[in-house]
Amino acid sequence: MNLLEINHMKKGFDGLEVLQDISLTVQEGEVVSVIGPSGSGKSTLLRCATMLEKMEDGDLTYLGEKAAWSDGAGSCIYAPKSDLKRIQRHFGLVFQNFNLFPHYSVWKNIIDAPIHVGKVSKEEAQERAAKLLLQLGLEDKKDAYPCQLSGGQQQRVSIARALALQPKILFFDEPTSALDPELTGEVLKVIRQLAQEKMTMIIVTHEMQFARELSDRIIFMEQGRIQQQGTPDEIFASGNGRVREFIGKY
Amino acid sequence: MDLFKLIGQLGSGMVISVEIFVLTLLFSLPLGLVISFGRMSKNTLLRSITKVYISLMRGTPLMLQLMVVYFGPYYLFGIKISASYRFTAVIVGFALNYAAYFAEIYRSGIQSMPVGQYEAAKVLGYSRMQTFFKIILPQVVKRILPPVTNEVITLVKDTSLAFVIAVSEMFTTAKAVAAAQTTMVPFIVAAVFYYIFNFAVAAFMEYLEKKLEYYK
Ligand SMILES: Nc1ncnc2c1ncn2[C@@H]1O[C@H](COP(=O)(O)OP(=O)(O)O)[C@@H](O)[C@H]1O
Ligand SMILES: [Mg+2]
Repeated sequence: MNLLEINHMKKGFDGLEVLQDISLTVQEGEVVSVIGPSGSGKSTLLRCATMLEKMEDGDLTYLGEKAAWSDGAGSCIYAPKSDLKRIQRHFGLVFQNFNLFPHYSVWKNIIDAPIHVGKVSKEEAQERAAKLLLQLGLEDKKDAYPCQLSGGQQQRVSIARALALQPKILFFDEPTSALDPELTGEVLKVIRQLAQEKMTMIIVTHEMQFARELSDRIIFMEQGRIQQQGTPDEIFASGNGRVREFIGKY
Repeated sequence: MDLFKLIGQLGSGMVISVEIFVLTLLFSLPLGLVISFGRMSKNTLLRSITKVYISLMRGTPLMLQLMVVYFGPYYLFGIKISASYRFTAVIVGFALNYAAYFAEIYRSGIQSMPVGQYEAAKVLGYSRMQTFFKIILPQVVKRILPPVTNEVITLVKDTSLAFVIAVSEMFTTAKAVAAAQTTMVPFIVAAVFYYIFNFAVAAFMEYLEKKLEYYK
């Protein structure tokens, strides 16, 4: 089944066309990496897909439920708020700079949304949080506050926070770009672990080696378009000069 | 002269000063938040009105505003002013004035919040209300504590302005006693009172700041 379907997505910022015509489907269990030069629209794609940004035209569908659709005249209609609220539960997003809630402990960062947004019972939320902390190697950080953690630990907490809502699909926007090089490994390890568990993920990353070994599919973006997509082998052996040049830099 | 008797005489004035202080904060802190929402509203009219309001309140003397609130109903509408309205007028005047200052403090605090906090909350599914009251406001409170402390300490001293419409707060009483007994002592007692009051307020605010130091 297609968990995510994007058709002809367009987005601009005051005259600048940032996403030109993006179409993309993601199936259950797939790991898709998005690579491409800075400014090519990778973050904007994720922000439109997670509805932090409104696209101008196109269709956005999660698990067959339409979040937004083109009106056929160059505009886009979003579903009513109540529908969007439900559809939003299908996905989670991990930010480059974590955006943890600094006034909440690690534990509260993880259990608060399930209880107050997901309407999960307190016991259930705590059970999930305990499991996630164990799984992500954070069991001794339960009562710490984000400011007391390293960047790598903070990013792992933010992944736990997203997972606690049990999304069907998880987006990552350069999850290791804000980290010191020696801390990227622990975060990549967690993402690898999720891939083994068949979590559906879309990962914007500059970690080429990581994308190559982990992804089912790699998407190369440039100037607001998907220039090429394919298996890691296809992309890394690409005949497209732009792709080769980009990959060659890493 | 008996110091205890003097303090007894000044006592009711002290109570009124404290009442003005407490009631002003009680009304102006929430009102300031509401005004700051108007000031940041998408609605241009609302934004302009609150902007003018804040600028008037900060740009004219509080003493004058107290007189307007007290005498206004008579001069504008011919309503007869009763003596019991005095205290109400003081509280209304103080609350309206301090709300304007607090509104600007709230606004700067709210606008200093990183947009990432809103985005994280939105993606996690928090409603706008939840986002504001659970995620944003607690962090804003921590950020604005120092400027709020400044205002609160100013308020302690400002309570003496109630004398302009003859509300017998501490300072009014001290003046009366001093004149009757031709002595400076009541003023010294008044000074000590304000100093201790402020000292207690500052200590309390410091305690709050300490309590919020558990995160950065
Ligand atoms: N909120 C915004 N307002 C104006 N321009 C923006 C905004 N967000 C992104 N852009 C522009 O869109 C382009 C693509 O940005 P982005 O999606 O962040 O690229 P990437 O993540 O691939 O580096 C850039 O030129 C950027 O300046
Ligand atoms: Mg980006």
